Order: sequence, then structure tokens, then C-alpha cells
Amino acid sequence: MTDRTYGTRLPGMPTEPLSGKLVVIEGADGSGRSTEVALLKSWLEVEGHAVVDTGLRRSDLVSAEIDRAKQGHTFGGTTMALLYAVDFADQLENKIVPALSAGSTVLADRYIYTLMARAIARGASREWARELYGFALRPDLVVFLDARPEILLHRAIAKYGSLDYWESGMDLYLSKDFFESFFLYQERLSREFEWMAREYGFRRIDANRVPEQVHADVQRHVAPLYGARAPPIPSVQAPGRPPVSRGRRKAASA
Amino acid sequence: MPEPSPAPHGFPGRLLVFEGLDGSGKSTQAALLGKWLQARGYRVFFTEWNSSELVSKTIRRGKKKNLLTATTFSLLHATDFADRFERRILPPLRAGYLVVSDRYAYTAFARDAARGCAPEWVRSIYAFAPQPDRVFYFRVPVQVTLKRKIASRQKINYYEAGMDLGLSDDLYESYERFQTRLKQEYERLAETDRFTIVDSTRSVEEIQSEIRENLRPMLEHFPTGERLVHDR
Repeated sequence: MTDRTYGTRLPGMPTEPLSGKLVVIEGADGSGRSTEVALLKSWLEVEGHAVVDTGLRRSDLVSAEIDRAKQGHTFGGTTMALLYAVDFADQLENKIVPALSAGSTVLADRYIYTLMARAIARGASREWARELYGFALRPDLVVFLDARPEILLHRAIAKYGSLDYWESGMDLYLSKDFFESFFLYQERLSREFEWMAREYGFRRIDANRVPEQVHADVQRHVAPLYGARAPPIPSVQAPGRPPVSRGRRKAASA
Repeated sequence: MPEPSPAPHGFPGRLLVFEGLDGSGKSTQAALLGKWLQARGYRVFFTEWNSSELVSKTIRRGKKKNLLTATTFSLLHATDFADRFERRILPPLRAGYLVVSDRYAYTAFARDAARGCAPEWVRSIYAFAPQPDRVFYFRVPVQVTLKRKIASRQKINYYEAGMDLGLSDDLYESYERFQTRLKQEYERLAETDRFTIVDSTRSVEEIQSEIRENLRPMLEHFPTGERLVHDR
């Protein structure tokens, strides 16, 4: 049913309606996105749906160029935003649309919204970003995993032991200090996500909680797409396995 | 000394653009104009928009794997243009140079429209590129450009001939059809974007002196500098 774009029809796109569902999971690094994508994929497959997962920077066309550009910091903001758009368009045409045509569910680990937020945080106008991605397909559902910056910070440190240069927006020279830059940058991104959540009708989910709780909420939004009733809420205290890591519980209650 | 009147883009420099089909003679004219401006003591920055390494390498890869579509092709060129713009055009324009640009966003408008991309979408992507102070459009029949290409033994490349569009299996026929489409787009743009039309079937000297005459009023109060910087 996803046969509509945000405004611009691409040449060579199929004219018949696409029968698969497009489900997007958005959220900052550390919002629990990849965990949720994995849980959701496995649940949908158990339910009998074919799932193709996709994400950013996975196209064969320019991902090497993007990596190189990030290493050398060689491109300006507009150029970088466009390079990401090439990558996205390539995935849309060569992966997402064919999968939807074949009736699969496409599970997108981030979509145009992250790309738009990043571009705008680097000086692009909202209008330009919106027009640029006007060719994107309107998803059937956008789940936004919303977590507080302090939580994101704790999770990044717990996982990587440090803050990532790009996720801290160090290229923006907001501050020489990683910690401070991280907060300033996440604040900018979150301002854009706030706007887009309204503009594009995101389903916002409180991602300050443990993965099981988040997943239960996501399932409740996804199930109706298949005409199914929402599944029962799984027990948070799964037997034989500690549901929450110490660090996360601390973070969640911070 | 009277100040030069402000340009629409608001920068102290001036942006002079040369547009037209391949083989329309625009590059020759742009280079000659650059020489003249330099000789008259202006600060000139010359730039041309041909495929950079980023684009040509990606296109080669995309072609091999058959990945390129009209959209990725268009966005890839936009990326390349943005890089040139941010790095090569905007800084000299802000620094007060006469920027002579062999091709500009209009090349993309014409080419992408000829490939079936929505014109409004293409325009909106290039919204970061300001309107030039002058656009010289080199009007020439498609047949003439083909003859010039053959005479100078230049190879016709796959995309220039629009071979990806499946207009014809014959390279020359496809080239002619695709270039005819491009010309139609250029003619449309010439009206909407108020190009200065140059009849490019005349001699190089005639054309060059017409261009110089055309620019005289704009240059009258434009400050002179000392250096020519060539885009490399």
C-alpha cells in the first residue's frame, strides 16, 4: 500500500501499489534502535512475515566515498548532505522498493529523518532538507525511540567506552570538549526530531526504559499494520535472565 | 569612485556563467574571456564543471553493477556540484572575484529534466546555488555540435549520448536524440532564467567581442586586482 512519496515521483518507479509494509525505527545512537530492530525482525518472522532490513550507509554505490569523506573531513555541509542522499536514493530504488513490490516488510534502521536532522544541524534549512527527500516513500509507520541525552551518554560510554566524534557533532565546533559538544549536538538533533515528529506523525516511544518494555510498545504499534490485534505484553522479568544491566537501570532512573 | 551596484546574491564578486551543449563553443569562449579580464587587471577565478573523480569513479562502479538510475545519477552530480560550489565558487565570490564558470546548475536542470527527473525537485536541490549575474547561453544546432565532435575526433561517451535511456542502439543516433532533448530544455531555461543568448554558429572572434561588449557596463565600476587564479 506504500505507493506514495513525500511529493516527488521518481522516474522509473513502479506504478502499481507496493504491497509490503515499510516500518521505520528512528532514534539517536544509544536509544536502543539496533536492539529493537533485531527483536522486531525476529518477532515479525515468527509471525510469518518476510522481512528485509535496511539502514543508512549500506549502498554499494557511495558508502566508500562517505567513509573516506568522514575520515578526511573533506566535504562541506551541503556536499555531505547530498552524498548521504545519493546513498539513500540508491537503497530506496535498489533495495526498499523491490522488497516492497515483492510484498516483504522493510524494516529500516533509520531513514530520511536522521539524515535530515543531521543536515539541518549542519546548517541546511528545513525546507531544503524536506524538498531534497521529497522522493522518499512515506512509511507505514515511524517509531521514534526517544531517550534523554543523559541516557544516550551513559549507553555510549557503557558500550564503547568513549564518545564518537560524529555522534558528538565534533565537526560542528560547538565545543572542543567531547562531553559538552555531545550534549549541544544532541540538543540540536532533538529539536529537529521534535519538529519532524509532528510533521511526519512519528509514534514516540519512551526509550529510557529496558528493551523488553520498549519492544512491547513497538509491537502494539506494529501489529495493527497486519490487521492483527496487539500481542500481550511480555513479562519484563524473563525467567533465568537478568532483565536489566546494572548500568542501564542506574541510567534509567537517573 | 562609484560603487558597483549590488548583485542579487549579495556577494562582492560577480558570477559569469557559460552554458550550452557539448561542442557549442562555450569553453573556448569562457577561456578567452578569462584571458581578457585578467589582462584588464581584474581578479578572475576560472572554474569548470566537468566530472570530478568522485563522480566518474562512482559512475564507473555504478555502471558495472548496473546500479545507477536517473535519480542517483542526478543526486551524484548535485553532490559534485555542491563540492565545487562550496569549495571553488563561493569563496572567490565572497572574496570579490569575477568568477567565470564553464557550466553551472543549469547543466543539471537540462540534463536531469531530459532524463525524466521532476524539474521542481531538481531545482529545489540546487537552491543553495545563487542566481548568476550573467548566463551566456551558446545556442547552436545539434547537428553542428555533432560535426564538431567528429571533426575534432572526440569520443562520444555513453551518458553524453544518453545511451542509458534506450533512445537508440546506435551511439550517434542516440547522441542526436538526447542532445535534442537537452537543447529543448536549454531553450526553455533561456526564457525562464533570462539567459543572454549567443548565436554560436558565428566565428570565435565575433562571439568573443559580443560577450566583451555585453559585460562592459557591468565591469565599469568593478574594482581591479592583480591576480588570475586558475581552478586546478
